[in-house]
Amino acid sequence: MITLTVNGRTHQSDADPSTPLLYVLRDDLALNGAKFGCGLGQCGACTVMVNGEAIYSCVVPIAVLEGRAITTVEGLGTADNPGALQRAFIDEQAAQCGYCIPGMMMRAHALLQKNPTPSDEQIRAALQPNLCRCGTHMRILRAVRRAAQTLTSATATNPKEGVR
Amino acid sequence: MNVPPRIHLSRRTLLAGGGALVVSFSLRAAMAQDAQSTGPEPRQAPLPGSLKGSPMLDSWIRIAADGSITVFTGKAELGQGIRTALVQIAAEQLGVAPAAIALVAADTAQTPNEGYTAGSHSMQDSGTAILHAAAQARDILIGIAAGRLSVPVERLKADGGAVHADDGRRLAYGELVAGNVLNVRAQPQSKLREASAHTIMGKSMPRVDIPAKVTGGVAFVQDLRPPGMVHARVVRPPSYSARLRDIDVKPVERMSGVLKIVRDGSFLAVIAQREYLAVMAMRALADAATWNENAQALPEEQTIFAHLEGLPAEDSTILNVGQPASGARMVEAAYRRPYQMHGSIGPSCAVAVMENDALTLWTHSQGVYPLRKAVAEMLKMPPERIRCIHVEGSGCYGHNGADDVAADAALIARAFPGRPVRVQWMREDEHAFEPYGPAMIARAKAALDRDGTIVDWEYHVWSNTHSTRPGAAGNLLPALHLAAPFFHPAPRPLPQPEGGGDRNAIPLYRLPNARVIHHFIPTMPLRVSALRGLGAYMNIFSLESFMDELAAAAGADPVEFRLRHLDDARAREVITTAAQHFGWRSSERLPSHHGRGFAFARYKNLAAYAAIAVELEVEHESGRVRLARAVAATDSGEAVNPDGIRNQIEGGIIQSASWTLYEAVGFDRMRITSRDWGSYPIMRFAGVPERIDVHLIDRPGQPFLGTGEAAQGPAAAAIANAIADATGVRLRDLPFTPERVKRAIGV
Repeated sequence: MITLTVNGRTHQSDADPSTPLLYVLRDDLALNGAKFGCGLGQCGACTVMVNGEAIYSCVVPIAVLEGRAITTVEGLGTADNPGALQRAFIDEQAAQCGYCIPGMMMRAHALLQKNPTPSDEQIRAALQPNLCRCGTHMRILRAVRRAAQTLTSATATNPKEGVR
Repeated sequence: MNVPPRIHLSRRTLLAGGGALVVSFSLRAAMAQDAQSTGPEPRQAPLPGSLKGSPMLDSWIRIAADGSITVFTGKAELGQGIRTALVQIAAEQLGVAPAAIALVAADTAQTPNEGYTAGSHSMQDSGTAILHAAAQARDILIGIAAGRLSVPVERLKADGGAVHADDGRRLAYGELVAGNVLNVRAQPQSKLREASAHTIMGKSMPRVDIPAKVTGGVAFVQDLRPPGMVHARVVRPPSYSARLRDIDVKPVERMSGVLKIVRDGSFLAVIAQREYLAVMAMRALADAATWNENAQALPEEQTIFAHLEGLPAEDSTILNVGQPASGARMVEAAYRRPYQMHGSIGPSCAVAVMENDALTLWTHSQGVYPLRKAVAEMLKMPPERIRCIHVEGSGCYGHNGADDVAADAALIARAFPGRPVRVQWMREDEHAFEPYGPAMIARAKAALDRDGTIVDWEYHVWSNTHSTRPGAAGNLLPALHLAAPFFHPAPRPLPQPEGGGDRNAIPLYRLPNARVIHHFIPTMPLRVSALRGLGAYMNIFSLESFMDELAAAAGADPVEFRLRHLDDARAREVITTAAQHFGWRSSERLPSHHGRGFAFARYKNLAAYAAIAVELEVEHESGRVRLARAVAATDSGEAVNPDGIRNQIEGGIIQSASWTLYEAVGFDRMRITSRDWGSYPIMRFAGVPERIDVHLIDRPGQPFLGTGEAAQGPAAAAIANAIADATGVRLRDLPFTPERVKRAIGV
């Protein structure tokens, strides 16, 4: 049994320790956000955050994740009460098919936690590992900029707000 | 989402369970749809859009006694935002809020058969059908209300789900729908709401599907988890024609959690309790399998174009006007496009369950009815025993692995009845087995007179077919591998005016003497089918590159040269709009190594107009092309959701830029060698332009013109033209990789 902490809740996983995190998130915890894209760490559709770092959940086995804080896009908010990043993607209509988007959001979330006021160059560099085939890039960039602005102004008025 | 609450739902239970006043789905119309033809019915004035194939209003719109409204479409959401646009149309014409409408899309048990969701047809076919069906339904309800209230229709207004009289009385739609009032044939003419009075159509309503997609909701077929579901993976052959020689499956069979190994000829799959175990078991089977492979199965990649031109071709002259003429100046050029892939980010996936000899299939196929027909043939089942329900997948951009994985799931579910089986392809399956956009060759020749006017034009295009979509079992990948295999049906060219390999091969420009010849190559060395835009991508790339070459020969500005040869007022307006917003001044010098390029087309010569201007930089040392900005202008007829159109054009420009700058499927004499994103790179964030601006020319009241594929060709040609402007060297072989650019500019 491996204990995983996902979006602040602990789960006991009886999956084989070599199982990549992605399969446990999707199949055992029924979390849809992280997607299978390549299984090779090449496309970023499976991106989630572990202890503040964006990782490819398709290649990281659960054996190394005990005691670490795993955050998926479900941890940012809900459809009824979206988090700032989710709100920004909705406001910018930053999706076509949307398959890559949760991975993009988690990559962006990790960036904004470290750097709340990234430049355009820094956003592009951070998102470089993630592929989008629909060509939604311009909107994704706008959404991340918008989220950064929202979060920065929220932090200015109430320091407890900010990136969850 | 069209996921029903229960796994097995027959048409009978569906009809019975729908509530008292759900008017019956016109079975006669459904039967007629199965006859494949979507052409106009005899003895009838032509009906608008897909009403031609499904003329009963209640095939499209049903209103229940409680006033709830369901709209049906045979077109599927592919990430293009069609659900939102169709809801907007229905809401506008019915006079209700968009949130009041439930949309059911692409389900063989519920919706009209609208063939494939392809060719930028959804707005023209389904949008137009729903526009008219909703307007006519509203008028029927007003007519009934007039009788009930004894007031003339002129004193009635439909709004907010009710008909209101000017004396304050009102009747809710639910009170008006008794007695199958919408079970009537549509009329050729409708009283549409005045475009000037629109409050929902023409507005950028936020997409209905995005909230679930950004919050981890069930949004994709990949996300379905019906109770009892098991996972399967297919062991694909290493190459197209490989046949399974030998395998000892026993070690894998003994793995704890492996439920079954399915083998039928060279079709080999494994079912497991857990998904990752299915992956591991599939790898173990792949390691244990030996195959017979043809070492010379594929042609040489290096000489593929010569190989293709050497194959037998069926020639058809699709344009022949005037007489061959000569001019003061002759220009000639040849262009080439390699095989390119759809490259969906999510590998194809399907869920299937076989229960009581009936198959239910959740699929992201673009055509649930053609898929049902093909699966029925493959499984030797009556089509009525198969229900195909569309659920979104990752963006497909044409015929990717969607139908094939649905066929995989069907075969596996048949071997494992009673449990839903989820099959997802691996990255390598998608890369190596999806049907690619065909490699193509174009040769153009033209004569200019002394004034720089085109006086003669000749254009040849060589191509395989651009559709091997199902309908026939032989177009389903696993059906080729069965012990009793199916075979590819003979490929056919898609007819003009839309065309396939010759799509957009006929220029819109004024040409007094012109010949356009399509050389259709039946033999397909690599598996090919429909990729966004079909031949339009290559033909527009070639034509619009060639127009710039002619403009250069004539010493003319490229934009002015196009306008000089164009009569179509709407074409001229998109060109001048794009040029103006771009700030097109060819006399103005750009920084060194920078170039600007322009291109235009009307997709299929009958859908949306698009003009695109691009500025880019060619990095001299690396040969890398860096896009600076793009400005597009588009005329899609009446714009239902302007932001949806912008999103399609923006995405089309970036996707086409990726094809144009980076993409070519690699292969050796046996196998496809592009098997992941390392061996088939596509555009990443570092490569996208600094900005893209899309300017819409709205035409309220005009027919909808499909936009989904309109940017692909113009974007490619604008890039080619800008590279030529930046470097003085014309590149004609796609893609424009750094190596090619360096070679061309002599670095």
